[in-house]
Amino acid sequence: MDYRPLLNPETIAVVGVSLTNDRHPANVIYNKILLRYPVKVYPVNPRGGMLQRDRVYEDISRIPTKIDLAVVAARAEFVPDILASCIQNGVGGAIVISGGFAEIGRRDLQDRLVELARAAEFPFIGPNCLGIYAPSRFDTFFLPGERLVRPEPGTVAMVSQSGGVLVDQMVKFAEQGVGLSLAVSIGNKALIREVDLLEYLATDDGTRVIAFYVEGFAQNEGRRFVRTAARLSKPIIVLKAGKTVEGRRAVSSHTASLAGDYRVFSEVMAQHGIVEAQDEFELASFCESLSCYQTAVGDRVGIISVSGGHGALASDVCIARGLTLPRLSEQTRQQIRDNLSPSVRPIASLENPIDLTGSAVDEDFVAAANGLCSSPEVDAVILLLLPYSPGISMDLGARLSYVLRREGKPLVAYVPHQEKYRMLIEGFELNNVPVAASIEGAVLMVEAIRRCKTC
Amino acid sequence: MLTEDMRLIIDKARETGWILEPDAKRLLALTGLTVPDFGLAATASEAVAAAQRIGYPVAAKVVSAKILHKSEAGGVAVGVPNASHLTDIFGKFSALEGFAGLLVEEMLPGSELIVGAKVDFQFGPVILLGIGGTGVEIYRDTVIRMAPVTEKDVQAMLAGLKGARLLQGYRGAEPISVPELIRLMLAFSALVMDLENDIESIDLNPVKCTGSRCVVADARIMLRGF
Repeated sequence: MDYRPLLNPETIAVVGVSLTNDRHPANVIYNKILLRYPVKVYPVNPRGGMLQRDRVYEDISRIPTKIDLAVVAARAEFVPDILASCIQNGVGGAIVISGGFAEIGRRDLQDRLVELARAAEFPFIGPNCLGIYAPSRFDTFFLPGERLVRPEPGTVAMVSQSGGVLVDQMVKFAEQGVGLSLAVSIGNKALIREVDLLEYLATDDGTRVIAFYVEGFAQNEGRRFVRTAARLSKPIIVLKAGKTVEGRRAVSSHTASLAGDYRVFSEVMAQHGIVEAQDEFELASFCESLSCYQTAVGDRVGIISVSGGHGALASDVCIARGLTLPRLSEQTRQQIRDNLSPSVRPIASLENPIDLTGSAVDEDFVAAANGLCSSPEVDAVILLLLPYSPGISMDLGARLSYVLRREGKPLVAYVPHQEKYRMLIEGFELNNVPVAASIEGAVLMVEAIRRCKTC
Repeated sequence: MLTEDMRLIIDKARETGWILEPDAKRLLALTGLTVPDFGLAATASEAVAAAQRIGYPVAAKVVSAKILHKSEAGGVAVGVPNASHLTDIFGKFSALEGFAGLLVEEMLPGSELIVGAKVDFQFGPVILLGIGGTGVEIYRDTVIRMAPVTEKDVQAMLAGLKGARLLQGYRGAEPISVPELIRLMLAFSALVMDLENDIESIDLNPVKCTGSRCVVADARIMLRGF
């Protein structure tokens, strides 16, 4: 099946718009596409007529252009006929927003969609889903644009069984500065499932990191998913829900008791180099980090801070996450010391974590980052930047990013995510250095790089 | 590949739902796994004869289609020193429900591991390796991999155990033979892939490992639909 028209449409038909109710999901979708996106969109309702000042088409066949994507938000019992009409009229693919299928016991109705689609090699997403959010290209979420928190365009693709989780995760992505290439809510995943999108996204040039929210796989589907994932060179991140739900089967062997559904899931993911996030916070941190760095590293971390307390807190999180803080050699320390400003040189502590003290200025950060990035003693560097410190300028982000570019060693920053520090944060992020909003987040970013075996 | 003999053992056990220990061991031996020297005795004198051949002390275990967990049912005796003890044990075990014979086995030295398999709904056959013995579900020190596993997987599994150091010669103990464990795991993994449609789960617990060999001291094979 060819997913390209479905995922990169230039022409969209919205089937099921209401002539009387502006708040109908189909109308919300139609309006936002019409007003906000660079695609042609056509409303469809069997009764025809006018919607605002546009003609409503009675059927897909009446639309004068070839349609790439049909967004279907009509009552469930009409959907099989609508799909048949799409197929007959050469539509590229469909997103079935409508509910009322397997989730309420109408598996028969859903199976009819799948039969029709399979026979015609016609790809469709859903039913019972939000569909697609493709930043600055199009979206089919029936949520008014002004209510959505919209992440920037970027290189992370996210596939979610739950539409609600996806929308919420988009808020986290936006807060964390994670840009999206594509977000797909697959709902009942009747035809297009996680593994199908994994295969598609693996070949999508705009996507560098692929994230999934998974509730569960069908029989043996998990095996196909990890096998496919292990073949790919892009980092894959998974967040699993239902970790505590176990099958109710009586357990008669030690192995069956020890190898519960979630433990198997978790360990098989790790075996295949898939990074499992424990929660949505980890997911956002892992996505940001792996969209910047895709080269595997060891577990030795160097930390730079202007506060002993921050260094100590970060150390604790590093150790808890299985990262190590090597002692720096006298040679490395000397190299850093030589480049510190005269007022900082006598008071800075050059153990790991390095504490530059509140007197530090930009040059001191550059000296410490240079020293750690060029030293073979550490694999990654965490910078804890407290912009309250008067010696730190807003240019520091960009300046430190150049150190990274020269040395090629992963550098992760923590900067409090406040509007007044935006320029500092962007100085990093626009130069491909991930910035965490918390100390723990910064450590998670390093952990992601260490755990990603496909990197 | 399953041979005809192996297939017969499985088919014979369908009604019970699981493969009795002597048959499970025959099946494992046919795939190249090492099992203890054992004899299956229907009478006390047969038990004594088997023990004489194997050499005292021996282990004695009840064989019964009604007893899945032998220790809990009081059907396991280890370190049996002589014929009179063994005769007593035969008398006691023969009163257990569904008694179908006494398994007389050589006593095995070594560290106790658990090697297991399960056919998972989402991922198909998976293999488990852990610190074995009767406390497995208390310590829960196990690592799981999707089958089939490779030599590299087995090494990573070993390294992933909290108790890995116990197996590497902790406090003067003999380290286990990693090549032998790898050989066992690879043969077991191949068997599990062949049995994917027949089994629900398998426990090899304990597997006794020394510096020279890994022997499956007990085996329980649960068939699908049990």
